[in-house]
Amino acid sequence: MSTRLDTPIRVEGGVGASPTRPDGIPKLRGEFAFSSDLQADRQLWGATVRSPHARARIVSIDIAPALAIGGVHAVLTAGDVPGNPRFGQERADQPVLARDEVHFWGEAVCIVAADDRETARRAAAAVVVSYEPREPLTDPEEAARRGETFRTIEVVNGDQARRGEVVVEGYYETGMQDQAMLGTESGLAIPDSEGGVDLYISTQWMHVDHRQIVACLGLRPEQVRLHLAGIGGAFGAREDLTLQIHLCLLALHTGRPVKMVYDRAESFAGHVHRHPARLWYRHEADREGNLVRVEARVILDGGAYAETSAAVLANSAYFAAGPYRCPSVHVTAAAVRTNHPPAGAMRGFGANQVCFACEAQMDRLAAALGIDPIQLRLRNALGHGDHLPTSGQEITGSLPTAEVIRSVAALPLPDEGPGDDPRHLPGGLGLTTPRSAVHRGIGFAVGIKNIFFSEAFDDYAEARAVLTPQGLEVHTAAAEVGQGMVTVLQQIARSATGLSRVRVLFDHTGQIGSAGSTSASRQTQMTGGATLEAAAGVRAEALRRADADRLDDAGAWRGGDLVATLEELLAAGPITHLARHRHAPTEKPSPTGQGNLHAGFCVAAHRAVVDVDPELGLVRVIRVDTAQDVGRALNPQAVLGQIEGGILQGVGLAVMEGLVLEEGVVRNASFTDYLIPTILDAPEVEAVLIEEPEPGGPFGAKGMAELPTISATPAVVAAIRAATGRPLTRVPVRPEDIVGL
Amino acid sequence: MIIRLTVNGTRQSVEVDGPESLLHTLRERLGLPGSKNACEQGECGSCTVLLDGEPVCSCLVMAADADGADVVTVEGLAGPAGALHPVQQALLDEGAVQCGFCTPGVVVSAAHLLSINPRPAPDEVREALAGNLCRCTGYGAIVRALAGPAGEAP
Amino acid sequence: MEVIHPSSLDEALDALTAHPGAVVLAGGTDLMVLVNCFGLRPEVVVAVRRVPELREIDGSFIGAGVTWARLEGAPWPALAQAARTVGSPQIRHTGTLGGNLGTASPAGDGLPFLAAADAVVEVASRAGGVRRLRWDEFLVGPKRNGLRPGELILGARLPGPPPRRQGFAKVGARNAMAIAVASACLLREEDGATRLALGSVGPTPLRARRAEEMISAERRPSPAAVAEFGRLVSEEVRPITDHRSTETYRRHAAGVLARRLLERCLA
Repeated sequence: MSTRLDTPIRVEGGVGASPTRPDGIPKLRGEFAFSSDLQADRQLWGATVRSPHARARIVSIDIAPALAIGGVHAVLTAGDVPGNPRFGQERADQPVLARDEVHFWGEAVCIVAADDRETARRAAAAVVVSYEPREPLTDPEEAARRGETFRTIEVVNGDQARRGEVVVEGYYETGMQDQAMLGTESGLAIPDSEGGVDLYISTQWMHVDHRQIVACLGLRPEQVRLHLAGIGGAFGAREDLTLQIHLCLLALHTGRPVKMVYDRAESFAGHVHRHPARLWYRHEADREGNLVRVEARVILDGGAYAETSAAVLANSAYFAAGPYRCPSVHVTAAAVRTNHPPAGAMRGFGANQVCFACEAQMDRLAAALGIDPIQLRLRNALGHGDHLPTSGQEITGSLPTAEVIRSVAALPLPDEGPGDDPRHLPGGLGLTTPRSAVHRGIGFAVGIKNIFFSEAFDDYAEARAVLTPQGLEVHTAAAEVGQGMVTVLQQIARSATGLSRVRVLFDHTGQIGSAGSTSASRQTQMTGGATLEAAAGVRAEALRRADADRLDDAGAWRGGDLVATLEELLAAGPITHLARHRHAPTEKPSPTGQGNLHAGFCVAAHRAVVDVDPELGLVRVIRVDTAQDVGRALNPQAVLGQIEGGILQGVGLAVMEGLVLEEGVVRNASFTDYLIPTILDAPEVEAVLIEEPEPGGPFGAKGMAELPTISATPAVVAAIRAATGRPLTRVPVRPEDIVGL
Repeated sequence: MIIRLTVNGTRQSVEVDGPESLLHTLRERLGLPGSKNACEQGECGSCTVLLDGEPVCSCLVMAADADGADVVTVEGLAGPAGALHPVQQALLDEGAVQCGFCTPGVVVSAAHLLSINPRPAPDEVREALAGNLCRCTGYGAIVRALAGPAGEAP
Repeated sequence: MEVIHPSSLDEALDALTAHPGAVVLAGGTDLMVLVNCFGLRPEVVVAVRRVPELREIDGSFIGAGVTWARLEGAPWPALAQAARTVGSPQIRHTGTLGGNLGTASPAGDGLPFLAAADAVVEVASRAGGVRRLRWDEFLVGPKRNGLRPGELILGARLPGPPPRRQGFAKVGARNAMAIAVASACLLREEDGATRLALGSVGPTPLRARRAEEMISAERRPSPAAVAEFGRLVSEEVRPITDHRSTETYRRHAAGVLARRLLERCLA
């Protein structure tokens, strides 16, 4: 039974407030246990041997030199995998350990367990792997020609013969961004005495990990239990497996707890990255600026294994035309297999690449039409009741595209130009740029994203609420990765019950069902929705038992009388409610990409103010303002935190972040050379929250955490174009691109 | 070899191995996992401690060279009976903690800043924290929390 | 591993003589990266952080153990400007000028100043006494210095007081913690004599001699002369393409930095 409350109960720390997060103090004091901080008695340390080649035949693996080192307890290869030799979320195509061939730089070949980290590293270095390098496939267009595809999608909507009088075409590229979460991959596996194992792990989705681990270990599901450990950020890097199976293998093989922590270089190698993309676009409009036709061809470089490329491609295909009405659309999209490091989930999940290209096209179109770029977008803005131009789906929920555009356009621009403080000039304290060399530009972009999983995926989340004499417990398997879901769940439970004392407890995979992934901007609505139902169910049962009409920390009340304390309520037995929340069902696409493929959409607009030194090609992002459709801000401070953090990741993709690949080998796998923005690179941010309640969202809330990244990137690049006149069709924009070298 | 140093006001005597870093010693031998390892190259600041009163990356300090040093880690900044250091309270109140991995380093750098500059302007906060990477917050809440933390507007 | 903690220069030199293969540790900001990420396991470490003679700054001598944090307040503005761009506050509290010399990376932030100032690097050993090498005799190649076994870098000595008109600039890929893609330091005397050194655009820091000669003859350079100066610098540098930047961009940036530094110093 699901119960819906549209009106939150007034209670301290409920929705709409910004209460302090329950894990804030331990994190501030350095007492919060991240997965890399876990310790177990008699624990061993694990390490991984990885391929230095993008493609090679494995001729031989000699583990004897490693086993000969004192303190080494296990050296395992592909032959030691007892169950399914391959894993993978969409398809099990990736070897747990490579056997005959390696297909990407960094692919795992061998794992070791030793007394300590130093010995484990020495042992890993002592394994002798003999390779016969092969020519790697690194050109995604060549991969497409050869039919090396994980998925292809064709979207055909509307009259394909429609043509517009004004046509603009463009070719765009986006690079390989890395999530660069500060907490690297880490975990602790502890074998039980019955052939099973407990895994304490940082991950985004315990249950999907569990399914793959069980299959590869050849165990029964109840023999493997995943426990959520403290997570140091994710942004998609933890969506696919990294060290989970390796840890369990080593623990089961040695009979000892095994801990593994990737260092930064290994972290770059060990997780999926954002898909590099190549995009060809053609936009056609009538003379008044109404979009008539959008054609797009998209190739995403999926790297060596499938990971989640099929789902990422879907987002690229269906959002290729942006949040605009358009009567004729044709998109062909392919996710291809190369010998590049695998690509997968990263905040935005395929929407970023097409947003960059599509928004550049809209600016080109505006210029060709002689229309203001904001007016062009307003004219075509998609809203409630319109149809997504790609899949044809009617927007039945909220989608205030015109309003976010107008709101951000109405924000005041800085009234002062660049000053003399070098910290605010391009080049910063490098003192490269006098004020007189600065050109300022303003750029604008709009982004759209789906919420939840799509294309008929059975997307659900479980939560269990338990009333105790001390208050309410909310049990979930959902991953708190830093975004503040743990606080929002408390708030939802408070507002659903009237109790202020709420604890969120993270159950292991044997104790509760899946909450789905912390990704796709879905947790607030999914686990939040389940929490709302479960808490409301507990409240309903409590009130029924006491024949009361109100609940709070003291107990159950009828009118002004306290009818029963919490203890008395529970005397007759536990009060607990398990809820499994689902969103509205979605459909599989037709062969031409049509259907109700998504269960919710969100939209945001960004405006960037950028100071550029065109002669040196240096950029200082001064401001990125935004208006975003959030349904209802359950925790305004946390929403702003997601907006500011997401914008900065979008800025990173725009101007500084990209893995450098040479013949499939990563050349900058370190924080020295993979640069993420520092505090001196961060722009000022003003955010307007548009709150049009989303039907079905807990108290009207809507997922929001990916959009800030998606349209921040094209807004920043548009601003640099305005400042320099350069077309800038590739991100990250490099100084030489701005200079024109 | 054995090194002797003061950590958070307590004299410690600890066996260190070869050229291991002070970060490793703190986390693995002294039971102080508050300082974090996010890069081990001095590029992220998550391992920041005070060494003889100055903020340094503990991953770049050879423990063997910290003999005789006075070290303060994040664990040493909160007051007795659980009272938070003012920068911890300010960061908590402003929502400047998300995943928390950068937080110990930020707290140490910020505590040092405020000890020499009690009312830093936003740009002074930024320059002092330029060596502390954060991937979650976008730094906005951190600057708001630390600029003039006695309630003054930035 | 053995660690020796000399408390005087004499003790340090004795330690290096007794242990010819020893590694010198000052701030550790380069060395510990090799330990943490590249498997360096030295057998003997001579830790010189506390050697007082290395921490001196007097009128013309900068000790090898002087940290970037102290150099932010140095009496030479161009060096102070360079110090402020090094790494991060944490790096600046332990990293030293001597580390720049010892590591001898062409991107070392303090090296363009030393090269422009014609600095002499003083080194010493028990066996050989004090040797003085011009900066370009000391910095012999990318990550190669002119130290002999048993020698310790004492510091850098400036042969004369640098002129009032001096400046430093560095191009990096972001606004903090950035390795120089191109950097430059310019010193200009009142009579026009100009010295310009550039970093990250050759195997070692280099002086743009032809450009210097040209602009030194111009007491009051015209805009055309200033532009020509920049163009000559672009021609003279010898950058490479690597994962951080391209040869063409570095060549271009060197010329722009040179021109702008001259304009700054002429103002």
